[in-house]
Amino acid sequence: MNARQWFARHGGLLLVLVGMVGLIGSLALPVAAQTSGDAPGASTGAGSEAGSEAGSDDGSPAEPDPRDAAIAEAAQTGHNAWMLTSAALVLFMTAPGLAMFYSGLVRRKNVLSVMMQCVFLMGLMTVVWALWGYSLSFGGVPDSQEFPHNPYVGSLQYIFMNNVQIAADGTAPMAGNIPELTFMAFQGMFFIITPALICGAFAERMKFSAMVIFLVLWGTLVYCPLCHWVWDAGILARGAPGAWAGGALDFAGGTVVHISSGVSALVCALLIGRRLGFGTEDMRPHNMTYTALGAGMLWVGWFGFNAGSALGATAVAASALVVTHFSAAAGAVAWAGLEWIQRGKPSVLGAASGAVAGLVCITPASGFVQPMPALVMGAAAGLACYFACSTLKARLGYDDSLDAFGVHGVGGTLGAVLTGVFASKAVGGTDGLLYDPPGGAQLLLGQIVAVAVTVLFAAVATFILLKILDATIGLRVSQEDEYRGLDLAEHGEEGYIFN
Amino acid sequence: MKKIEAIIRHFKLEDVKGALTEHGIHGMTVSEVRGFGRQKGHTEMYRGTEYAVDLVPKLKIEVVCSDDNLRAVVDTILRTAQTGAIGDGKIFVTNLEDAIRIRTGEHGEEAL
Repeated sequence: MNARQWFARHGGLLLVLVGMVGLIGSLALPVAAQTSGDAPGASTGAGSEAGSEAGSDDGSPAEPDPRDAAIAEAAQTGHNAWMLTSAALVLFMTAPGLAMFYSGLVRRKNVLSVMMQCVFLMGLMTVVWALWGYSLSFGGVPDSQEFPHNPYVGSLQYIFMNNVQIAADGTAPMAGNIPELTFMAFQGMFFIITPALICGAFAERMKFSAMVIFLVLWGTLVYCPLCHWVWDAGILARGAPGAWAGGALDFAGGTVVHISSGVSALVCALLIGRRLGFGTEDMRPHNMTYTALGAGMLWVGWFGFNAGSALGATAVAASALVVTHFSAAAGAVAWAGLEWIQRGKPSVLGAASGAVAGLVCITPASGFVQPMPALVMGAAAGLACYFACSTLKARLGYDDSLDAFGVHGVGGTLGAVLTGVFASKAVGGTDGLLYDPPGGAQLLLGQIVAVAVTVLFAAVATFILLKILDATIGLRVSQEDEYRGLDLAEHGEEGYIFN
Repeated sequence: MKKIEAIIRHFKLEDVKGALTEHGIHGMTVSEVRGFGRQKGHTEMYRGTEYAVDLVPKLKIEVVCSDDNLRAVVDTILRTAQTGAIGDGKIFVTNLEDAIRIRTGEHGEEAL
């Protein structure tokens, strides 16, 4: 066997060796830095810099300097610019990102139906968000008579964009450093992609009409309350008064976006049943080039998703972007590397799926962990999601067509739990189990409780909604329509016409 | 007249086409086909799900020639399309009743 053959066969093993060296290094070094970090040193520099920057935004100096107002205004402009950009990046994740990632994985007769789900949801969920979704998620002011805050669901404070749009006197309501409008638009993009992720589970067989009703109800009854619980001082928000088990850290949506959509996807796959011909017919992805490019777009869009969740152009945003990038990288290498070892060939779908798994896993942790743990989290997600999509799915026999549960449910859960392990005080103000065992154990408990509550809530609500829809309008297209393909049956179009 | 259908490997097309043109063959039809013979297919794996792909993609060229020319055409295809490994393809020869050029209405070998 010459050197070239040897590398082709054993390249995966080399990757593992590199990975193990990296793992040991990345775990050992931060601990060392952490212990020496008690003494003033370089490792605390970034944190204190971020702290002083945040302090200068909010702090009111004893003697007001006339230049301070101009500086504050300039900073706000910067924050707003980054957040508007982030909002656009997150929309870009749904289409073309997810639309291409998902549609490449189905058979050619269903390519449009998947793209339609993504594009139509950009419209549908935005309308819901504008009318009542944003208000049910983020409405409510503590100690207010008119719109009192409660920890379970948002109030009607922002209904129909009241108190969000520019007021009659020309001033824009603010949410921290950015206009409420910017915050609303940014969060609205999450409201689009979360239900779009679920579509992966019932692709190639669900009625379009049933999907529309299901996701309007799901968005209103599952996403909005969950979003309020985690991100608007609700029952799962860390630091909120009365939060269950102390609440959880969720920087950009491990629970709200990925666990909720992933678990709901699993319930969908179980209730709707397998595609006709599952296991016997050729169900290979019809266009892997779409899928690879879509994964690349998701990766880029995720910078807006995670770094944008810092809600400003801060050092934490920079840290979130870096850990997001690192985790995706490690996920791609881990998944494709494992395939390389197991079957002798690293696949494009493996690298693309691994990157997405890494992105999912780092999402809840992105504003709380340092770069080296991000590499560990990404690699762990690549391996865990690979196992879930291949072994677990095959063993349990459900047909989650595009692995919405295997990637988002499993990766999101792993990320939410590992946030409790790897969170670092320097980045987000809280130490996880690795750096502060007693306090970290408390945090980890909060993370696990939040995961359990999210899983239970999303699964039960999805189950009830689907049962009602199944009994009334039906969930699935007819057998004949499923064989013809949803493009023709549901939309009267074909994806590929080469005249 | 004879019709020759040859199933060949994709990358041999240019060689076959060039050699046939030199032997006075002025036209041919080429299509993408899939099929199987002794060459086994392959397996593909997508997120751990394995698919056996037993229909292998090949090219089919169709050529019509006079009876006298048959031997030369077949030899040319054999010579240029052969690699010696399983999967080189096959040549099928059939008798052809007629050929008509649509533009002029000519029949038989005149139409080739």
